[in-house]
Amino acid sequence: MKILVQGKTQGIILKSQHPINFLGTVDKKTGIISDKNHELFDKSIKNSILVFPSGVGSSVGAYTIYSIKSNNSAPLAMICQKADLTVATGCALANIPLVIVTDEKFSSFQTGQKISLDTESPSPITFL
Amino acid sequence: MELTKEEESALKGEQGEIMQMAYRILVATGEATDAEKLIPIEWAHLSGVNYNTIGDAGEEFLSGISKNARVKVKTTLNPMGFDIDNVSNYHLDDNFISKQLSIRKSYETMGVTPSFSCIPYEIFDIPKEGTQVSFAESNAAIHANSFDNLKTNKESAFSALASAITGKSPYSSLRKEDSPNLTIRMKIDNPNELTYGMLGFFAGKVGNNSVNISGVGEMDRRSCKALCGGMGTSGTCAKFLFGDGDPDCEKVDFDKKEMNDIHDELNTAEKGDLITLGSPQLGLEEISDLTSKLNGRSFKKRCMIFCPRIVKEQARKIGYTNELERAGCEILADCCTCLTPLISKDNVDSVTTNSIKGAYYLKNSNGVDVNLKSLSQIIEDETR
Repeated sequence: MKILVQGKTQGIILKSQHPINFLGTVDKKTGIISDKNHELFDKSIKNSILVFPSGVGSSVGAYTIYSIKSNNSAPLAMICQKADLTVATGCALANIPLVIVTDEKFSSFQTGQKISLDTESPSPITFL
Repeated sequence: MELTKEEESALKGEQGEIMQMAYRILVATGEATDAEKLIPIEWAHLSGVNYNTIGDAGEEFLSGISKNARVKVKTTLNPMGFDIDNVSNYHLDDNFISKQLSIRKSYETMGVTPSFSCIPYEIFDIPKEGTQVSFAESNAAIHANSFDNLKTNKESAFSALASAITGKSPYSSLRKEDSPNLTIRMKIDNPNELTYGMLGFFAGKVGNNSVNISGVGEMDRRSCKALCGGMGTSGTCAKFLFGDGDPDCEKVDFDKKEMNDIHDELNTAEKGDLITLGSPQLGLEEISDLTSKLNGRSFKKRCMIFCPRIVKEQARKIGYTNELERAGCEILADCCTCLTPLISKDNVDSVTTNSIKGAYYLKNSNGVDVNLKSLSQIIEDETR
């Protein structure tokens, strides 16, 4: 596991098998996924532990992450399979904890599971 | 990642809040890309300029940091939302205009060159081979790595800004001599810029950091830009090399099926209410070529042309502007098809374009249908 942005939180997993292009896919005010072709279409990422493979697309997506945080519509934390610069820097600025996990760990997560995340702990992710 | 004493002190906040924020971003970026250290860069190109994309949060953020933040290296800027010369011809509200001008002012206060262009590689002198830069605009990063002998990460808006403020960037894999582990075999005969855009879009989907592309012949400027624009839109891949690559490289074909799948994904209309050209923005060479292709013909519907201001000025001096305006074109500087606030689904159902990058964002952000056509086809069908 790699810790990109530190933090501590707990919440319910919302998982997508698809990458997310934050610019153009996520509504900046509500945190709702607006891309009809996306697996999470019409779902809100607000206050979730958002689990997805990685971010894709335009770098301006980092500002979208900052925007959803400013509008209190951001996830509590993000967990990715692969690190990408848009999500890493967006989370760094918005102070949203972000960790990268192994493929095996990634496939163990399911939407609806409750977990606790503490990047300072020896075992940062625990199922509740 | 190893930091020097000075970098550590900045990260702890001993050089002020702006430096602390900038180094926090660089560290997150460095950890994300397995960089072992920070290195100096000579040129930063920032995205995050258009009010349509960064919104109030971005505008307030930039206004806040511009009080203290100053750039340390040459820093250029992506397009904004409109061309101030003709903004009154479009239905933009006063709030949009004033917020956009505030963003412009914040960047200028920080010492950024207000170039408002997504093709810095075409309008500025290219530094010597191997120079480390930090380009946030995805098509520009790919172009810099693949055609201009420069080295950059595919930066985010924030990592490029942090690089501009500190003059440093993480030493990530794209900055080193790497060899791609995937080769895309181009199988389409007689490709045009639309084909190259779709090839790029495909490469971005299947590639990781970098890819080889084989089976590609001589490409003109328009096709090179289409390839970079398409690739930057669909994935994280930020460099390609021409050739077969290592013999043990995984091989993937880009053939009719792959191309048709992408065409079907992005082409949602039989015809467009208007035409847009320029995503990436058009350079002087493409404007000159368009003028000669028109050869006295006129567009049957609105045609918006997006280019950098310096190109608009050069075009006016040479006389291309007169010819394009005669043909019914609207020429817009400082902005781009991609994420333009000037096209809205309230008054436009569908747009014809030759840009895969433009098509993706018109469809997903502007919410309009897209009709894809090559430039030659556009001139054949849409002019008289």
